[in-house]
Amino acid sequence: MSTVESTRSATARSPRVLERAAVRNWKPPIGFAAFAIIAVLIFVVGARGGVTTFLLSTDSDIIQLPAVFADVTIVTTVVIVLLFLAAAASAYLSFRARKTPLWIIAVFAALFLAAFLTWAASGATIPIPGLLVGTVGLSVPLIFGALGGVISERGGVVNVAIEGQLLAGAFASAIVASITQQPIAGLFAAVVAGVLVSFVLAAFAIKYVVEQVIVGVVLNVLVIGLTSFLFSKVLAPNAALLNSPPRFPRLPIPILGEIPIIGPVLFRQTVIVYIMYIAVAVVWFALFKTRWGLRLRSVGEHPQAADTVGINVNRTRFWNVSLAGAIAGFGGAYFTLGSVGAFNKEMTAGAGFIALAAVIFGRWDPIRATLAALLFGFASNLQNVLSIIGSPVPSEFMLMLPYLVTIFAVAGLVGQVRAPAADGKPYIKS
Amino acid sequence: MSDHKPTKGKATELVETPMLDDAEPTRSQQVIREIMGGTAMISVLAVLLALLVGAILIALTDKTVQAASGYFFSRPGDTFTAIWNAASGAYTALFQGSIYNFKRPDFASGIRPLTETLTFATPLIAAGLGVAIAFRVGLFNIGGRGQMLVAAGAAGYVGFAWHLPFGIHVLVAVLVGMIAGAIWGGIVGLLKATTGAHEVIVTIMLNYVGFYLVGYLLRTPGLLQAPGSTNPKSAPMLDTAVFPDLFGPQYNLHWGFIVVIIATALMWYLINRSSMGFKFRAVGENPNAARVAGIHVKKVYVYAMLISGALVGLAGVAQVLGTVTTGFSSGIDAGVGFDAITVALLGRSKPIGVFFAGILFGALKAGGYSMQAAQGVPIDIVLVVQSLIVLFIAAPPLVRAIFRLPIPGVVKKRRTRVVPKVEVTK
Repeated sequence: MSTVESTRSATARSPRVLERAAVRNWKPPIGFAAFAIIAVLIFVVGARGGVTTFLLSTDSDIIQLPAVFADVTIVTTVVIVLLFLAAAASAYLSFRARKTPLWIIAVFAALFLAAFLTWAASGATIPIPGLLVGTVGLSVPLIFGALGGVISERGGVVNVAIEGQLLAGAFASAIVASITQQPIAGLFAAVVAGVLVSFVLAAFAIKYVVEQVIVGVVLNVLVIGLTSFLFSKVLAPNAALLNSPPRFPRLPIPILGEIPIIGPVLFRQTVIVYIMYIAVAVVWFALFKTRWGLRLRSVGEHPQAADTVGINVNRTRFWNVSLAGAIAGFGGAYFTLGSVGAFNKEMTAGAGFIALAAVIFGRWDPIRATLAALLFGFASNLQNVLSIIGSPVPSEFMLMLPYLVTIFAVAGLVGQVRAPAADGKPYIKS
Repeated sequence: MSDHKPTKGKATELVETPMLDDAEPTRSQQVIREIMGGTAMISVLAVLLALLVGAILIALTDKTVQAASGYFFSRPGDTFTAIWNAASGAYTALFQGSIYNFKRPDFASGIRPLTETLTFATPLIAAGLGVAIAFRVGLFNIGGRGQMLVAAGAAGYVGFAWHLPFGIHVLVAVLVGMIAGAIWGGIVGLLKATTGAHEVIVTIMLNYVGFYLVGYLLRTPGLLQAPGSTNPKSAPMLDTAVFPDLFGPQYNLHWGFIVVIIATALMWYLINRSSMGFKFRAVGENPNAARVAGIHVKKVYVYAMLISGALVGLAGVAQVLGTVTTGFSSGIDAGVGFDAITVALLGRSKPIGVFFAGILFGALKAGGYSMQAAQGVPIDIVLVVQSLIVLFIAAPPLVRAIFRLPIPGVVKKRRTRVVPKVEVTK
């Protein structure tokens, strides 16, 4: 894009237009038009009348917002018109060889979603705070896993073992928290377990130069096998002693917790969630603003150059993969100490792979990966909510959404996705 | 090892010792070196090592061992006896559940476990071949689960909904299933070729898409769900669509095993003798060189994933038409899609190797169930042993270091590296 910018500024200064590089990107308008047509198909062909009620406050809130009543026909019609207008605007911008700004895309997505919710829940009530609280709850392990994935992959080691790290964290935290009756001790155990899984990944990927994807896949199987074996053999018979971890209580933050909608969603959570907010910020800051982050990224982008300036590539990778395991393991503790309670066989149920999808969809950036994880969490929670009120969309298709989105993302349909240059490539000093 | 020269007592020292003048190894030494440090030896040792770790796990979690270790210092013998009993009991059950059961009166029922092993091995070999051919092209097909499910769904639909004459029905069902698997795999190859999307991510994601898709089809009346049922399960296969039993009704082994043997032979021919196989191997060794040599690399990716998906699909077909013919649910893949990766790695992506690796893992599976029934050892131990085998095999230096094996070809490498240097200085 920078070349386009420079030619434009050059043409603005010189009176004679020599040449204009017209870079027309037709992907946004085509995408918009496709979604607008899908909207027509859903909302007009599958038209449903009635009124949908949105609750904006919970009963425990001090400030009570009134419920919003939305007439399905009016809302969907207005939204369809707006969607086509947005598509037309985007097409005009593309024709003038300009980029479609991000806010249009955001507004487009929000409109589509609002109309979809109104349509799907016709005649029923949707509690917005509940929907969003559930989203955060489902996203917590995904976000920790994605942060682990970002750190590991930025350093050049593909981390397919997030699933294993989460599961090991959940397992270890359940046992230790049950024995000590201290959830904090469980958190530490989860970190240790995640690091142990990472040690194996790092040792095989860096020391023995085994293909990293293979190690990751096999490690997942190993952790699933080990935890399931020990669960059936040791945990299940002694459930009272070994598998009844105490859970973290919710800690509402005094003033912030009373803000309508945002309060219950963000500030009436457990300690793990608050640590997650800090972790996302810290990882972003450390990755892009500190020496550690610069070194880590250089090792993942161009290990040879990093080595030339005196960075020990393999040592850097080793410790950062371990750090990634620690973070992911911590996230695994949320399953046992935050949401579910007792450990169960394969209780992570593919969360590690969704986290991996979030890493890629978030373009290896901690903030974007977090947003992607929230999106995936929202999609699966939306499915939960809609299946309770009886939605016309089969739940399987809602569950499929994160994976389809990821496939589109890696296929380059949603912007350009580029992995760190040396991601997955072992560094052998010659 | 004893006939080596005394100066070479430690195998690891060989790396540091430059051998230029007197240390020309004799032929027999070389042969021993190849056997001891070669890939076959590594595979055998990796299996043994993994079984050993499994035995330790079994012993550690055994009740008698735990009880006996409580008074270890007064009577240590008890602990060792308990450890031995736990491990040997489990592995005896494993053997009796997978190869031959000596408790049975006659040969016909005693050999039944072996046929069970081969039944379990059938989908493992088919899917292993599929993953292996992708490996040979340098692609990771982790999408075995999705490809199997989609193929099982397609073949199953043909199996219970279409009415065709005996013989033709099986053929059509197998073909439709394999085509469905090929499409599911081919999507990956196509995306890789056209957009450069990484096949690992796409296959993992397609696993879930396939899982939810088949799940939806299975619980929707009129599609895959059995008529009149509310369970997410299909109707039983028609008799004309089922693989016939190979050795009569008392064994579960079906003709799918013969199909898999044929598939193995065809794969061997494809990879080793055909021009397409040559292209596959060339791209797998070095895609850039292959491109320069005039091979259409992108086409090769698509073809390889099509074939890979079809073979993995065959595993799903074998499950539906052979092993579980009473109607299937979305768990029909039985983890074979992931096991296939380990099978392909253990078989070093060679058809014959995959065949025997599949039989080994089939034996572990078959034996695992009898181990669970007889000794109360959870079947999950098989997953542990399996993944350890692959980890050890993937890292030959680790196994060599554990067993202090020589490194094959080190002497040669040392010489070839030294000689050009001498020429340069001249």
